[in-house]
Formats: sequence, C-alpha cells, structure tokens
Amino acid sequence: MSTPLLEVTGLQKHFPITAGLLRRQVAAVRAVDGIDLTVNKGETLGLVGESGCGKSTAGRLITRILEPTGGTVTFDGQDITHIKRGPLRDLRRDVQMIFQDPYSSLNPRHTVGTIVSAPLQIQKIPTPQGLKKAVQELLELVGLNPEHYNRYPHEFSGGQRQRIGIARALALKPKMIVADEPVSALDVSIQAQVVNLLDDLQRELDLTYLFIAHDLSVVRHISDRVAVMYLGKVVEVAPRDDLYAHPRHPYTVALMSAVPVPDPSRRDKAQRERVLLTGDVPSPIDPPSGCRFRTRCWKAQDVCASEQPPLTVLADGHQVACHFPVSDEEQHAAGSGRSAAAAQARDKIATVVADPE
Amino acid sequence: MVSGPGASLSEESTHDVADPAEGGVNSTTGKAIEGRSLRQIAWRRFKRDRVATAGGAFVGFLVLVAIFATPIVSLIGHPIDAFNNDLIDPTLGLPLGSFGGISGEHWLGVEPTSGRDVFSRIIFGAQTSIFVAFLAALVSTILGAILGLAAGFMGGWVDAVVSRIMDFLLAFPQLLFSIALVSVLPDSFFGLDGRLSRMAVLIGVIGFFGWPYIGRIVRGQVLSLREREFIEASRSLGARTGRILFRELLPNLAAPILVYTTLIIPTNIITEASLSFLGVGIEAPNPSWGGMLYDAKSYYQSDPTYMIIPGVCIFITVLAFNLFGDGLRDALDPKAH
Ligand SMILES: Nc1ncnc2c1ncn2[C@@H]1O[C@H](COP(=O)(O)OP(=O)(O)O)[C@@H](O)[C@H]1O
Ligand code: SF4
Ligand SMILES: [Mg+2]
Repeated sequence: MSTPLLEVTGLQKHFPITAGLLRRQVAAVRAVDGIDLTVNKGETLGLVGESGCGKSTAGRLITRILEPTGGTVTFDGQDITHIKRGPLRDLRRDVQMIFQDPYSSLNPRHTVGTIVSAPLQIQKIPTPQGLKKAVQELLELVGLNPEHYNRYPHEFSGGQRQRIGIARALALKPKMIVADEPVSALDVSIQAQVVNLLDDLQRELDLTYLFIAHDLSVVRHISDRVAVMYLGKVVEVAPRDDLYAHPRHPYTVALMSAVPVPDPSRRDKAQRERVLLTGDVPSPIDPPSGCRFRTRCWKAQDVCASEQPPLTVLADGHQVACHFPVSDEEQHAAGSGRSAAAAQARDKIATVVADPE
Repeated sequence: MVSGPGASLSEESTHDVADPAEGGVNSTTGKAIEGRSLRQIAWRRFKRDRVATAGGAFVGFLVLVAIFATPIVSLIGHPIDAFNNDLIDPTLGLPLGSFGGISGEHWLGVEPTSGRDVFSRIIFGAQTSIFVAFLAALVSTILGAILGLAAGFMGGWVDAVVSRIMDFLLAFPQLLFSIALVSVLPDSFFGLDGRLSRMAVLIGVIGFFGWPYIGRIVRGQVLSLREREFIEASRSLGARTGRILFRELLPNLAAPILVYTTLIIPTNIITEASLSFLGVGIEAPNPSWGGMLYDAKSYYQSDPTYMIIPGVCIFITVLAFNLFGDGLRDALDPKAH
C-alpha cells in the first residue's frame, strides 16, 4: 500500500529578480523554499494553500517543467532533480499534468483531435487501432462524445474543456498525474463532476494523484492525505480524516474555518466563529524570520520569530511545523471543533464576521 | 452531496456551449461532427462587413491589374512611351480638348508636352506601386516575424538587443536615408534593367524599415502566448522547441501577422510614391504614380486633371487597403477595440 512513488526532500525554487541592462540578480522570489513530501503509489495527496504560496511552482517542479534550485525529487526510485533531456522526455510518459485554466490550457487553433493526439505523436506511441480511434477512446473515457473529434475548444464549456485536458494527460498512460487546481475555474455545480471523474479514473487506471487546490473543501472528497502549504513551506501533513478532525497547525485551523459547513444547524454558529486570516500574505521575496506564519498567527510567541519550526511528526502521526501545535483541548474546549481556536483568535486579532455571504 | 459520476457525465455532456454570437450552431449533442474553426468564423464575420469586402474586392482588382499590366496596355494599344504630338497644342504644350485631353481613345487624357497616354502609364504605375508595396511588406513580415518570435520566445539578451534595434529603426529618418542611399547606388545592378534595379532597392529599403512594426506586434503576442498554459502543456508532453514554435505559437500568430502586413501595404504605397516624387524612386521615363505627381506640379493650374488622376489613384488604393486591413482585424480579433 504505502510504497512511495514520489519523494521530495528539501525542494526549492527561487526565481531570480533581475534589474538593469546587465540583468544582474538583485533578489529572488522564494516560491518554494524547502518542502518535503511523499506520495505513495495509488494514493491522492491533496496540496492546499492560499493563492501565491507556491503550489503551482511545486507541481511544475515535480513534473519537471521547472528545474529545482535545490533539494531532490525522486520518482519511482529514480532521481529526476536534474534529469537530462532524453530521459526527461521518457519521464513525461509517467508524470503528466492537468492545468488550472481550461481556457488557456488548450490551443484555440487546434481541434480536439489534434490536442488529444499530440502526446501520442510527440512521444511516438504506436496506435494499432489508428490515431483517430485512439483519440476517440480517450474522449469516451473522460465522458466526451467521441464524435466531437473535429471540434475546436471554443465550442465546449469549461467542464468539457477540462475533460479534454484530462484526456490529453491520460493519453500517455501515466503513473502519476499532478492536477493543478483542476476545478478552481469551474462552476461549483460542475466541480463535483470533474472531481468524480478523476476519482473514477484513478480506480480504473491505477493512478497516483497530487491534487492541488486553494481550499480544503475541494480536496476533502478525493484525498487520502492532505498537505498544507504556506509561503513556500509545508506546514502540516496528515491523513485526510485526521486533518479535518484535528487540525494541529494554526494555519490549518484558520483555513478550516473557511470551509463551508454542510450541516445547516451548525452553519450559523460556525459562520460567526470563523477564524479570519487578517493581514496580507508576506512577500515570498523577503519572508518573515523564524516561522513564516507568525505575522498572522494568534499563538505566536517570541521563539516563533527567532527559530524556524521544523516539520516534525507528532504523537498522533501528524507532521506539523509549529512550536505550539493546536491541541485537542483547545479545539474541544468550547464543544465544537473549531470554536476554541476561533475564540482564541478573536482575542488576538479582530476576526469575527457574521457575514452570511 | 455529489451525485454519481455516470449520471453527471451524461448530464454535462449535453451542455455543449457554442459561440453565442454565432447563434446556436451545432449546439447540442450527437451528430454534429464538423467543428468550426476560428478561421471559418472570422470569414463569416468578414463577409458581413460590406465596407471591408468592397475594400478587399478593390485590392484584388488592383493586384490583377498589376499582374496583367503588360497585356492590358498592349490590348488598349497605347504603349507607355508613344508620343502623340498631334494631341498637343504646339504653342502651349498642353493637351488639346478639355480635362487633359480625355477622349474615347485616351480614357484618362494625355500627358502635357509629350502626349503619352495617361491611362497606360497609370496601369504601369499601379504595377510598380503594388509590386513594391507587396514585396516590401513581405520582406518586413519575414524579418519582423522571425526577429519578433526570437525576441519574445527567447527573452533575455536576445529580446534586449532586438528591442533596442527596433526602437532605433523606428526613430530613424527613413526618407533621408533612402535619398542618400539611392544617390550612391549604381543605376542598375545584378544585370537588372534600371526599373527593376530601382524596384529592388525600394523593396529592400522600405521592407527593411518596416519590419519593426511587425516585429513589435509579434513580440508582444508571443510574450502573452508564452504564458498560456497550452505552451506549458506541450512542453510537459515532451515537445521540442521547434514544435512549440511552429505548431503551437505560429498558428496563433497568423492572424495578427496577416492583419498588420495588410496594414503596412498602404504605408508602403505612400512611401514609394513619396520617394518617386522626390526623384529617388522609379526613374523617368518609367511611369510611377509619385513621378507623375511630380511632373504634374508644373501644370497644376493649366492642366489640373493631370495632377488629380495619380493623386486619386494613390488615395483610393490606400483607402481600399486600409478598409480591407481594418475589416480583417475586426473579423479576426473582434475584441481588439
Ligand atoms: N516564473 C516566475 N517568475 C517569478 N516569480 C514567479 C514565477 N512563477 C511564480 N512566481 C511567484 O512564485 C510565487 C508562487 O507562485 P505559484 O506557485 O503560482 O503559487 P500558487 O500556485 O500557490 O498560487 C508567487 O509569488 C509568484 O508570483
Ligand atoms: S510556530 Fe509560532 S507563529 Fe508559527 S504557527 Fe506555530 S505558533 Fe504560530
Ligand atoms: Mg497556482
């Protein structure tokens, strides 16, 4: 069950900021700044964090669209951190990506047939049944009408376009798929359909997913484990149910309170007690010293500014990077899961909102 | 919660959204097989634009005239260098008859002093203008597309160098340079006759100074296309740079390149006419619209028709190209406004 397919250690990506005619480097965007992750064969790891925290960059490092600045990426036992062109092209067959924006991820000048057959042509995959038939099978697999082979992307809805992108990613029969916010751009009503499709495909085709999202509710259904990212760092990793029931990192607690509550009887109360994240996300060019979340954390102490909390395994199996993890007592003090943290947050920073929207 | 995947699939598949502006084409499931490309949609849009189609038709007509100038003129039977002294008032040197000697035989009259047929000379002038303008536009487009693509796609120092060159050329006094260049070049070279040599020089100079207009557009387009996820998708499939440039980027650049090529043609026509007017374009006795305008300025009071005719030709041609180009732009990129 838990053979790691992908292992990431200390992964870094710093984008240089250059200035002047000579383009000297004056600073760097530390988009991903030392993350450790493991994705096991056949599982789905959800990767969650606010927009700009480095999720897409992490995804592009793992699919090796970008080259890491530091750290290592190991896929299926092979170190792919600085893999050469030739072997990288072979790696493409095993690791594929689904993109966030269904409007920009498909070339508007190509037909669906051209788009979905591109991977087969680029990788020179033989198709005994014929290229057209192969594409039609893929279209059928993702729930599209195979007769729409000759149509152009602009003739499809957002959800259908995302299915085209999924078909393209599946064409090479990859082992792993990095899905970068695959449903964020879709209507809420369509989101569940696409997530369900990915879920079915995983079972059918024995896929491993890294599923990126910017809020916890989207990944809840599909993930086996969830990793939470903040400003280029992973701050908490735990099995899905543990994470939702007992969030340990203050940032996870804050994110959690942004998740809509399905039970209507609790909705009113929960909404009043959301821990709002106040203040802006600090710049990844010059992140805060010590713990990066300290500028917005209601539990922050002096030590948080001086010492960076390492990602460590707690007794209950959570991996958490915090000097003062949120305890169960804190959570259960007021009876309902998120109230305790919320109450504390209320004292520390102005947080409470009763806005139903 | 979420419904079963089977149900949801068929449900969404029926919501096939066609371009709403196109009024429900093949908009539901099933048999509609042939998709409509953006090109087909643009063509429909273009056909609906009366002004642009009229401009386009006139452009097409001019191109035919330019190509078949020689047979047309021999059919009419008035060679461009045939003098007709009998049609000239010997004391004034002006054409006999009103409006510059317009008659059933000489449709646009005759030249003062020499009596050469103006219509034939206009036809040959059209050939010069159209050929020079088109070929110069082609030179600009090829240079601009390659350098713009390189600058936008490669970025870094390539972009810095190409961008500076474009700035430099756009600020350069093109007319003065052309005058200086033509005066130092021999009258004919490469075994071409005087007219063709001059046309080659004009094409080279106008084409060279025109490429930054195309280069800028292409560079800008590439910079924005480069960020689109389909480029990344192609790369993540293992595509090589060649495929990304020619299969992914170029099809998206075709429309803007076509539009801006069409729009620099009228500018080229004016530049060619100006250079010929200034005496550094096509040399006498070969006809050109700019040269005819220059000749006509000595007669602007006594024989205004002779001046009006090449002027109107230039005006209508430039207008037709601009209307055609604008229509193309509207059809290919309706959001450009
Ligand atoms: N190519 C790049 N060059 C410079 N900075 C970048 C680049 N790509 C991303 N960034 C920066 O890195 C940070 C993380 O971006 P990203 O990975 O896209 O975040 P997310 O996907 O979580 O929203 C952002 O501050 C973003 O501006
Ligand atoms: S280390 Fe300190 S500042 Fe950071 S999350 Fe934990 S308590 Fe908050
Ligand atoms: Mg992102």
